[in-house]
Amino acid sequence: MSGPSTYDPKTGIEKWLDARLPIIRLAHDSFVSYPTPRNLNYFWTFGAILTFCLVTQIVTGIVLAMHYVPSIDHAFASVQRIERDVPYGWLIQNIHAVGASMFFLAVYIHMFRGLYYGSYKAPREVLWILGCVIYLLMVGTAFLGYTLPWGQMSFWGATVITNILGAVPVVGEPIKQWLMGGFSIDNPTLNRFFSLHYLLPFVIFGVTILHVWALHVSGQNNPAGVDVKSADDTVPFTPYATVKDLFALAVFLLMFAVFVFYMPDALGHADNYIPGNPLVTPPEIVPEWYLLPFYAILRAITFNIGPIDSKLGGVIAMFGAIAVLFVLPWLDTSKVRSMRYRPWAQRFFLVFVVACFALGWCGGQNPAKAVYQAGDYSQVVTYKAADGTEATRTFAAHTPEELAIAVRAWEQDNPGAEGKAAAVVEPFKFTVETFSQLLTAYYFAFFLIILPVLGLRETPRRVPDTIAKAVLDGSKAAAE
Amino acid sequence: MKTILRALALTAALLAAPALTPAAHAAGEAKHPEKQAWSFQGPFGQYDQAAVRRGFVVYKQICSSCHGLKMLSYRNLGEAGGPFQAVAPKNWQLRGEEPVLGAPGHGKELVNAIDNPWVKAIAANYEVTEVDPNTGEDVTRPARPSDKFIYPYPNEGIGRAANGGAYPPDLSVIVKARHGGADYVYAFLTGFKDEPPKGVEVVEGKNYNPYFRGGWVAMANQLGIAEEAGVITYEDGTQATKQQMAKDVVTFLQWAADPKMAQRKSLGMQVMIYLLVLTALLYAAYKQVWRGQKH
Repeated sequence: MSGPSTYDPKTGIEKWLDARLPIIRLAHDSFVSYPTPRNLNYFWTFGAILTFCLVTQIVTGIVLAMHYVPSIDHAFASVQRIERDVPYGWLIQNIHAVGASMFFLAVYIHMFRGLYYGSYKAPREVLWILGCVIYLLMVGTAFLGYTLPWGQMSFWGATVITNILGAVPVVGEPIKQWLMGGFSIDNPTLNRFFSLHYLLPFVIFGVTILHVWALHVSGQNNPAGVDVKSADDTVPFTPYATVKDLFALAVFLLMFAVFVFYMPDALGHADNYIPGNPLVTPPEIVPEWYLLPFYAILRAITFNIGPIDSKLGGVIAMFGAIAVLFVLPWLDTSKVRSMRYRPWAQRFFLVFVVACFALGWCGGQNPAKAVYQAGDYSQVVTYKAADGTEATRTFAAHTPEELAIAVRAWEQDNPGAEGKAAAVVEPFKFTVETFSQLLTAYYFAFFLIILPVLGLRETPRRVPDTIAKAVLDGSKAAAE
Repeated sequence: MKTILRALALTAALLAAPALTPAAHAAGEAKHPEKQAWSFQGPFGQYDQAAVRRGFVVYKQICSSCHGLKMLSYRNLGEAGGPFQAVAPKNWQLRGEEPVLGAPGHGKELVNAIDNPWVKAIAANYEVTEVDPNTGEDVTRPARPSDKFIYPYPNEGIGRAANGGAYPPDLSVIVKARHGGADYVYAFLTGFKDEPPKGVEVVEGKNYNPYFRGGWVAMANQLGIAEEAGVITYEDGTQATKQQMAKDVVTFLQWAADPKMAQRKSLGMQVMIYLLVLTALLYAAYKQVWRGQKH
């Protein structure tokens, strides 16, 4: 795709090096002369932004590791020491913690872009799968990292996740013990989580090199989804893509800086400022925002399916939600890459994105909470009235707790009434649990039913012959 | 793509809406704290240092008998951004000059917290137990600015035994560790009720506070009691009402949880200005480079 190299070593030292290790040639061919489709939009700048995020996390992480103490007795205090006493420790710690969220924000935009424009289709299947591997590694790294400050959410998050791995039949329990380094989350767990949290980013870095290599073999996809056919379709990477990437990165950094300097704790949970305590379970255990959709899928499976109990079912669904991405190139049967020319796929995709956001919302809620509640809880109390006859009184309140208080308050006011309360009548409730189940069903249906069937049934709009033509059509449409 | 973005924005707004509407709170759920005006809020807000100093007095005289500040040392009080940061001309000790409270500037330098007379005086009120290396016996000495705040209990068991089984939490990061932050802590401190609402089951030995999850808390209405008994007399003449003491101690605790706020906001402003200029220049460069290229 890149074509013959256009690198021309001019100085003596460049010629000498080029004959021995053509590393400057490689850089020149990859990041200077590399032809990029001319119609790329801003969604294509997230590759550069993600590279920046990875490097930032590694650099700040290395500095933090110099001051952090991986011990259950000292971890929490050592993070506080970093914020209070290490020179600029507050800055480095904030960048690392906010950086994790920024990394995920960027990767989700990058993934949705790949989905919408069909960047996973031939010949980019391996490129897409490598991206899925990176995402999986990121999830693992982020989970391990969240454990390290040893706050309440760190401890209980680690407990929940290692417990769900224990649900896997036969090998689950040994894997859980091996991961925890014992029978419960304790110092050995924290030590190995720290070790792995330091290791995985370098694995991500390695897979990223493969990801970029695969990208440079097949070339970038583009909003029109048509292949590059002539030199008219492309512009050289430098300066065109470089300057656009830098501009987008600067805008991204502005948002990044707002969080780092003005609301460093906005994306975290307050409970993680309480030191981890195995004896006190927090009222709610939730992961960081970027894992909430998968947490919602995990909790959506509340029923047994044949021999699979609900716990294992949840684990299968959660991992399945990521696993399905790996086989996506073979699930989508459409010949047209970009959804720009697929009117129905566009609509289903839109619903899919909304479903992902909604799953994220569900993941942060109590599953029993009502999304919609038709009316109040009510209870009928039969009592002896002052004249000796039997009378009834109906109480109603929005929640069962409020109802109990209302009944008790009445009883206190009427001591001699000897009321007998009938059972509480529950109103119809559409709960977060049911909502998550519907959304989970759509999540899987989108990949396993809609995309395979739609590719065969849908009539796509006319796809432009070349990128250059797509650009000309676009500017004509804009002018009209 | 535009329609999709518009639809996404709408969805985000719809999803955010239920999170923002205040839910009717039941007995099990805690009452939502009201918003207060704080000196430190917003991108330019700074600590009202007089309030932080008054809050320290409240902490010392009322809270510290049960609640520790284990992440803080006495020296923190006199460090940059701290309530007792003091300034003096260069070589003030040799020249026999006295430091004054305030921020550096006008030829006056920050006094090292170790030499800060206010911090030294505060630390000297406390006693530290040490092991004498020669005899192996426990000995006590007055605390120094470099010492950590003395913890009220030698261990958790003693702390629980002294408080009917409840262990008073450490307050170093309490403002960050509670949903609602400073507003919550203020609402909690001023929200105690002598009687629970009718129908709410009474928990013996606990006190009713609608802002606390579950409604019943081991801590008593300390600021209310202190106001009636006139425990605190502020040096600067401020009336030590319950609300005033709560406001001051919360400002102090906010500083304790986030002592680097001033540095953070000041560097933040420089970074934002730098990034805005950089973004503008890169946008101009982008326009220049792509001029004449159809895309």
